[in-house]
Amino acid sequence: MLTTLIFLPLAGALGIALLPRGREGAVRWAGLGVSLLVLLAAARVFQAFDASSGAMQMVEQAPWVPAFGISYRVGVDGISLLLVGLTAVIFPIALLSSWAAIADRVKAFTMAILGLETAVLGTFLSLDLILFYVFWEAVLIPMAFLIALWGGPNRRYAAIKFFLYTMAASVLMLIAIIATHVLGAVLLWERTFDIERLATMVLPVRTQGWLFAAFALAFAVKVPIWPLHTWLPDAHTEAPTAGSVILAAILLKMGTYGFVRFGPTLFPDALVASAPLLAALAIVGILYGAAVSWAQTDLKRLIAFSSVSHLGFVMLGIAAMNEQGFQGALIQMVNHGVSTGALFLIVGVLYERTHSREIADYGGVAARMPRFAAIFTIVLLSSAALPGTNGFVGEFLILLGAFRTSTWWAALAVGGVILSAVYLLWAYQQVMHGPLVAKHPERLLELTRREVLVFVPLIALIFAIGVYPKPLLDRSEAAVQAALERLNRTAATTLPARAVVRVQR
Amino acid sequence: MSFVPLILVWPLLGWLVNGLAGRRLSRTVSGLVACAAVGASFATAALALAAYVQASAAQAASAAEGASQTALSVIVPLFTWLGAGDLWVQASLQVDALSLTMALVVSGVGFLIHVYSIGYMAHDPNVSRYFAYLNLFIFAMLLLVMAGNLLVLFVGWELVGVCSYLLIGFWFARPAAAAAGRKAFVVNRIGDAAFLLGLFLLFTALGTLDISEIRHRVGELPDGLRLAAALLLFAGATGKSAQLPLHVWLPDAMEGPTPVSALIHAATMVTAGVFLVARLDTLFLSSPAALVVIATIGALTAFYAATVALRQHDLKRVLAYSTISQLGYMFVAMGAIAPAIGIFHLVTHAFFKALLFLSAGSVMHAMHDVIDVRRLGGLARTVRWTAAGFIIGGLALAGIPPFAGFFSKDLILEHAFALGMASGNYIPYALGLLTAFVTAVYITRAVALTFFGVPAEAGAHPHESPPVMLWPMALLAVLSVAGGALGAHAAGEPLLRFLAPLLGAVEVEGAAAPHPPAAILMGISVAVAFAGVLTGWIVHRNRRDPSLGAMGTLLEQRWYVDALYDRSIVAPGHATGRWMAGPVDLGVIDAAVNGVGRLFAALGAASRRLQTGYARQYALSVLIGAVLIVGYWILR
Repeated sequence: MLTTLIFLPLAGALGIALLPRGREGAVRWAGLGVSLLVLLAAARVFQAFDASSGAMQMVEQAPWVPAFGISYRVGVDGISLLLVGLTAVIFPIALLSSWAAIADRVKAFTMAILGLETAVLGTFLSLDLILFYVFWEAVLIPMAFLIALWGGPNRRYAAIKFFLYTMAASVLMLIAIIATHVLGAVLLWERTFDIERLATMVLPVRTQGWLFAAFALAFAVKVPIWPLHTWLPDAHTEAPTAGSVILAAILLKMGTYGFVRFGPTLFPDALVASAPLLAALAIVGILYGAAVSWAQTDLKRLIAFSSVSHLGFVMLGIAAMNEQGFQGALIQMVNHGVSTGALFLIVGVLYERTHSREIADYGGVAARMPRFAAIFTIVLLSSAALPGTNGFVGEFLILLGAFRTSTWWAALAVGGVILSAVYLLWAYQQVMHGPLVAKHPERLLELTRREVLVFVPLIALIFAIGVYPKPLLDRSEAAVQAALERLNRTAATTLPARAVVRVQR
Repeated sequence: MSFVPLILVWPLLGWLVNGLAGRRLSRTVSGLVACAAVGASFATAALALAAYVQASAAQAASAAEGASQTALSVIVPLFTWLGAGDLWVQASLQVDALSLTMALVVSGVGFLIHVYSIGYMAHDPNVSRYFAYLNLFIFAMLLLVMAGNLLVLFVGWELVGVCSYLLIGFWFARPAAAAAGRKAFVVNRIGDAAFLLGLFLLFTALGTLDISEIRHRVGELPDGLRLAAALLLFAGATGKSAQLPLHVWLPDAMEGPTPVSALIHAATMVTAGVFLVARLDTLFLSSPAALVVIATIGALTAFYAATVALRQHDLKRVLAYSTISQLGYMFVAMGAIAPAIGIFHLVTHAFFKALLFLSAGSVMHAMHDVIDVRRLGGLARTVRWTAAGFIIGGLALAGIPPFAGFFSKDLILEHAFALGMASGNYIPYALGLLTAFVTAVYITRAVALTFFGVPAEAGAHPHESPPVMLWPMALLAVLSVAGGALGAHAAGEPLLRFLAPLLGAVEVEGAAAPHPPAAILMGISVAVAFAGVLTGWIVHRNRRDPSLGAMGTLLEQRWYVDALYDRSIVAPGHATGRWMAGPVDLGVIDAAVNGVGRLFAALGAASRRLQTGYARQYALSVLIGAVLIVGYWILR
């Protein structure tokens, strides 16, 4: 089932390649259809998922390069399930939102998006390090093309920066993957890249530290953790709307997912040891991202920096290393995908009408577009973590978890709660309120039915998760508990002594 | 009492109907739907009250033999909202004396304001949006007061903040309105952040966020933690209830439509902070240091705001500062261990402040949105009903017997005096008494300048408001007179006795604290109120308005608090953001990244020269490398 899920979009992309030239309508519909099928498949996985188990489920395995112990191995647990669901929801929305915005090379665009979906799903579902790495890097290619081919005026610079920055960081991860494999061969007498197998070996803390540092660097760039974030505003501003949506909603989660997936399994001691550092960077990111957002003059840059702030919350939840923190981090990944994805769609709506992202070019839009204003308000409040919306559930759990680990973490991070209201409402006021300001007010037309349709599922999720997050929290609970158990087990024993014993054996 | 959730469902439905289908409804239907929703909510709350009284009578009968009688508190569970680890939040409603009192006030006064709005907003093109927000506001406040869990309370707490943002900025095309709405939300958020930390503290210490459990178990907390939790939650209350130093949003809030001001100042929103202290009375009352802080902040705020109200020229602004000042009284009551008295003042204040605001709205309606008292005058002759309403509300505010405000304010001063006798801290009483005088002066000034003397502008042709606006005012006027009976000794203090089993401190105070000479204190209160009215009348008769010189300027500028915040917090904050975005982010962090990029580009360009293509050069470098490695291994 999972293999079908992963490769369905790619198969669809190949199918679309066969469509005759000039049939752009057909291409659009086919792309949307494929992504909806993927959503259906993901819904089946979501339904069939056994919430009571913290182990990998629906595992599928096949040898790939047996000589090196590389295998094709995929599976899902509570941690990846939520992100798979998010991916499956966001992609059809991204395609639907590009209906009018992308006019040239529609076929290539649709194929790139679908190819991207396969890579992302593969990243979240891989249980083999090499397979993971392949998918991880494969994500870069379609994304860089999306920026470079359908992007804004400065797209080449942004695409190259995005590609090189994330690529450079991932190369170190490849080295660490190979080193882990070699250590596994020594300690376990087994050639394997299987994450679950490698998780059984106990490495000395120093070794863990080096390997984790290499992994963490790759993840940190992707998140992005302050101060490795500067590729993000450039990539976002230049990417087309659909690219921004996918970048913010899904790609950034690959980084935080990496921390949750590999930290507790492969490098538990290193993760525990680096928690204060991660928390400190997270808090800096929360406050810094918010403060810098307030100073932006470009809407997309503003939202990009707000992502730095919001993902700071996710990292803080991970660093809290307790159940509220982890659960909050997981659900906040979904929330950020929904809310920030919607925010980029909102900017896209404005951009399609007036071709400007400058805050100063707008004013009083709410009077011209009341329905749009209502949607914007809801999304904004969700992003500002208003209770009753999804954002609150995540932020509350994260802050509570952080508070229980360190009062100071929560006391500082709570400043982000205030600042998010400051910069979001400020931006909203500049764009939507006041007297009408626009170069072409006649272009500020109310949302079309298709555009409303793009927002409906996101708005529904905002309220559904805000009011009743139980279905999500229940599904991730067992996996989170399993991960925390690993962390506690290693933290409880005197690590170096035990590790050395195992190494000598 | 399974029907209790309906109290919340009605306004929520009203919000959905007007929010989703509003543009397809006629303005009459919009208004009727909204009014019906809140009216149904009030009726349901009244039914709940009846059921509750019956149930607690039954409980009293069955437990007649029992040693100690506790107040009946019915929990209505709704659904499991959040669960993670040991956190388990049940969304539930709590039905007891306090929540019912509040629900009745919120939905009752709210209903009258809704009805009034039909007339007031009759010509606004976005009437359905207005009523949708109004219903949501009522829903949020009802959720706040009926919540059985502190986190659910917090949902309502933040939602009322959002509703105030939406409604204050309702006429968002006006920059002042949009800015005022944003200011309200952000200032509230500052308090909310402290509230959140208080929540975390309570949960970490007690392992629950259930309100009744927290109330019963606060004794388990060490003193320091209890104080910290009380102060954090009180900081939240200062934001919502517009107390020093977070009061700055409320005066700006009058940028919204006037009925919204009435709603914010009387029924919803600002009373939330007072309510919170009463809701978690055991937490606050068992922390003496917190009580001192609460009483002091309350008294200082009461005095500060009353002085500012002396020199405001916008009639609604006068009323706004008077609200801040009156809320200060309520906190003095809380600090004086008399939460029931504080709630009593909350109720009477809701009546007369709603009346005052609706009358002010009627003045605006009559004068085509002129609200500057310097441009008004003589309206008592032309819009009699409006004038009568405002004057009745003003007398209640000034504390003239037998109007409602007199009874509640007098009781607060009495308890503040008792606090002084018990602790030697007479500051709250002294400030409270002084404030009573100033209050009487400023409201007399407002009345004298608006309704008496010669009209400032001859051309105006004021016209009385339609009945749909006057009837709610009339009802509120009746309540502003009769409401005192809820707590008047002569009338048997029905409200105080209703609240007494829950907010038991009234009894405790009778046992522990000394009895103040109530009759003398009452005499002093009355004398001060009359003196204030007289002073105000003498000074401002014939629409004279002496400027009070430098002090007047200080008051007009609100003691420069707003300017201070702008210059010391807002402007530097924004500048810091710009500095971090420019020199730091682009100038250092991103420049470093691009620098690394260029470095590698340069390195690549340099190393390109090594790729000569000559095999012998490669062989040489391999040899050198091998020698180095071997050498390293040998010498290691």
